[in-house]
Amino acid sequence: MNAIIEILPQLLRGLQITVSVLLASAIIAYIVAFIAGLARASKNTILNKIAGVYIEIFRGTSLIVQLFWLYYAIPMLFGIQLGSNWWTGVIAIGLNYGAYLAEVVRGSILAVDKGQTEASIALNMSSYQRMRLIILPQAVRMMLPEVGNYTIQMMKATSLVSLIGMRDILYYGDIMRSTNLAQAPLVYVVVLLMYFILALPFIWLTRKGETLSKKGVASQ
Amino acid sequence: MSSNFRWETFVEAFPLVLQGLGLTVGLTFACFGFALLFGFVWIFLRRIPNKPIVWICTWVMEFIRSTPPLVQLFFLYYAWPVVPVVGVTLEPFTCAVLGIGIHYSTYIGEIYRSGIEGVDKGQWEASTALNFSNADKWKKIILPQAIPPTIPMLGNYFIIMFKEVPLASVIGVGGILFMANSYGASHFAYLEPLTIVGIIFLALSYPSSILIRKLEVKMNTRFDKNAVLSKSKMKTIQGMNLEGSDRIV
Amino acid sequence: MSETLVKDKKSSILLNSEPIVKYRDVTKSFGDVHVLKGINLDIHPGEKIAVIGPSGSGKTTIIRMLMTLEEPSSGDIIVNGTNLWKMDKKGLSIRANEKHLRDVRGDIGMVFQHFNLFPHMTILENCMSAPIHVKKENKEEVRERSIKMLDRVGLGDKLEFYPSQLSGGQKQRVAMARALVMRPKIMLFDEVTSALDPELVGEVLEVIRDIAKNDDMAMVLVTHEMDFALDVADKVLFLDQGVIAEQGAARDVLEHTENERVQAFLKRFRRG
Ligand SMILES: Nc1ncnc2c1ncn2[C@@H]1O[C@H](COP(=O)(O)OP(=O)(O)OP(=O)(O)O)[C@@H](O)[C@H]1O
Ligand SMILES: [Mg+2]
Repeated sequence: MNAIIEILPQLLRGLQITVSVLLASAIIAYIVAFIAGLARASKNTILNKIAGVYIEIFRGTSLIVQLFWLYYAIPMLFGIQLGSNWWTGVIAIGLNYGAYLAEVVRGSILAVDKGQTEASIALNMSSYQRMRLIILPQAVRMMLPEVGNYTIQMMKATSLVSLIGMRDILYYGDIMRSTNLAQAPLVYVVVLLMYFILALPFIWLTRKGETLSKKGVASQ
Repeated sequence: MSSNFRWETFVEAFPLVLQGLGLTVGLTFACFGFALLFGFVWIFLRRIPNKPIVWICTWVMEFIRSTPPLVQLFFLYYAWPVVPVVGVTLEPFTCAVLGIGIHYSTYIGEIYRSGIEGVDKGQWEASTALNFSNADKWKKIILPQAIPPTIPMLGNYFIIMFKEVPLASVIGVGGILFMANSYGASHFAYLEPLTIVGIIFLALSYPSSILIRKLEVKMNTRFDKNAVLSKSKMKTIQGMNLEGSDRIV
Repeated sequence: MSETLVKDKKSSILLNSEPIVKYRDVTKSFGDVHVLKGINLDIHPGEKIAVIGPSGSGKTTIIRMLMTLEEPSSGDIIVNGTNLWKMDKKGLSIRANEKHLRDVRGDIGMVFQHFNLFPHMTILENCMSAPIHVKKENKEEVRERSIKMLDRVGLGDKLEFYPSQLSGGQKQRVAMARALVMRPKIMLFDEVTSALDPELVGEVLEVIRDIAKNDDMAMVLVTHEMDFALDVADKVLFLDQGVIAEQGAARDVLEHTENERVQAFLKRFRRG
């Protein structure tokens, strides 16, 4: 017990980085996914192709590779320092999961029953009104469980930023392990528990989302 | 460190990085195989007719699935050896197989479950009515129907795990990412070898995912109802990394 | 007898006016399948037309083309004097864009076999959304009108219900109210009772009958309810293999036809 009291405050120092990386990369992922998903569901071939290339590249390679690549590439290719590795981590995680979520967005849009489109045409809605008032509200409900899932994946992925020197929960855990190896099991168990607690709201969202997503939706 | 992308470096690094491919692919197979086996353990435990055991199992799976595999790897590599009584030192490769394998076994277990639950209730009743033994019931009736629809999903997980195994480079397993990083460290040029790693991943995983999509379509026409049913169930499984979007029209 | 007289008189008046919709040599193919083979049809203001015919004869396709849900392969559909699927651009007649379609289809409403209510909206919101967003009408006025309309179809006490909380018959009545609130001049009905349990068919037909008798919009009803068609329709079309094989006053087609295909078709129905 004493040991935990000793460990916990140390690890909590990393909480801010873990949470801020998660929030920022989640926001980026959602926005990117929304845009790319809409592009994928649209009939515009150019937009569709561009989004398709983005999605395949980021899903086809692994996140840890993207992270390292961006870590070296951003300063080199663009000649800019983003100011911190924080941005590198956020961009890598955001773009990677943005690609996965884009497919979720596309899938949900296409899964809305065709009859909904037909009814809105019969009510003389424009294609923009149709998307905004009828299709998206239903598609978003359908997305909820998968958004919960992928947010958990993103939360897990934030641990990678410790590899590029960000001082997140895992970073402080590693420091403590290297100073006192005997404590390592306890340290990592507490680290895992902290991540699990962070995941709980999203686990809840995922389960809740499953019931919620079936309500108010006409799916095919 | 060189200040821009150089093709000479790219060409020089390529064969070196490629040397790691065998290990990366081997590790993928090992992790996947282990996950396939361990997935059965979850299924088995969860079928024990004892509420607390099932409950504990469910939450242990949830725990493993919802925490970073990187931390789990570190735990196995650094902490497990000093755990009193049961602790042993593990080779990096073994460690990676256990760590990544167990992590993904929690997903694989759910796939098995969806396959079994996808089998029509009537099939169970029919096999009981025909007086099959318990073993025969599984072997001849349930599994032959439960397994085929899960094959594309398992294939998807193979690809997902392929992209996850470079993680093992952090505990010193020498796959392509490891090779790229060590080339980078000795030549002070990271971008080129890392680009090579990206290209190798893309070159292998993109065609395989297309292959799996084809397989999926084929399965869905062959095992029509079953596959569609379990597919829709699969979509709701926690933590799924599958593309929920390749709809069967 | 007197009712028939009134009806006949009414239709003769109607026929003297300019048609609100004209189909001219309209065909439709899906790939190699020629579903409609040259449809010519006039719909006059206020006219009630029943479309009958065997399954797969193209009944649904006819009205879906008017609702812009399906594009004809050839021929013209003229609505209020404007070509629905073609528009002018620098003197050339080109394929209509969305804006043109929206301009022309504004007077048309449709009720579907499977209701297609918006599941994420209450039934009141279902009725209000289009007048507010499409016609930019005053919200309070639309609300009042929607409530009145839902009252008329017998659902005035369920305004805040969601479609999932209603029976099929109730859903279909909401769908009709939703279409009516847009004040269309032409209403299309595609087998609106065939997805319903038999005991719920009556309540929906009752509402349509009420609309047909009291409102002066034109109606095109694809239906398998022959008695109902006889009751509300001025004109009946018999569609067979993509052509209008018989048309005329409801009583003539449904009771005194000499066309053998029609007789066979009706006979099957009377028995079933
Ligand atoms: N989108 C489509 N693609 C291909 N074929 C179609 C399509 N829509 C309709 N068809 C075909 O066109 C023919 C006519 O269809 P339609 O729905 O108009 O018939 P219907 O008279 O309404 O039949 P029912 O009484 O069964 O509703 C059918 O053979 C149908 O299979
Ligand atoms: Mg039809």
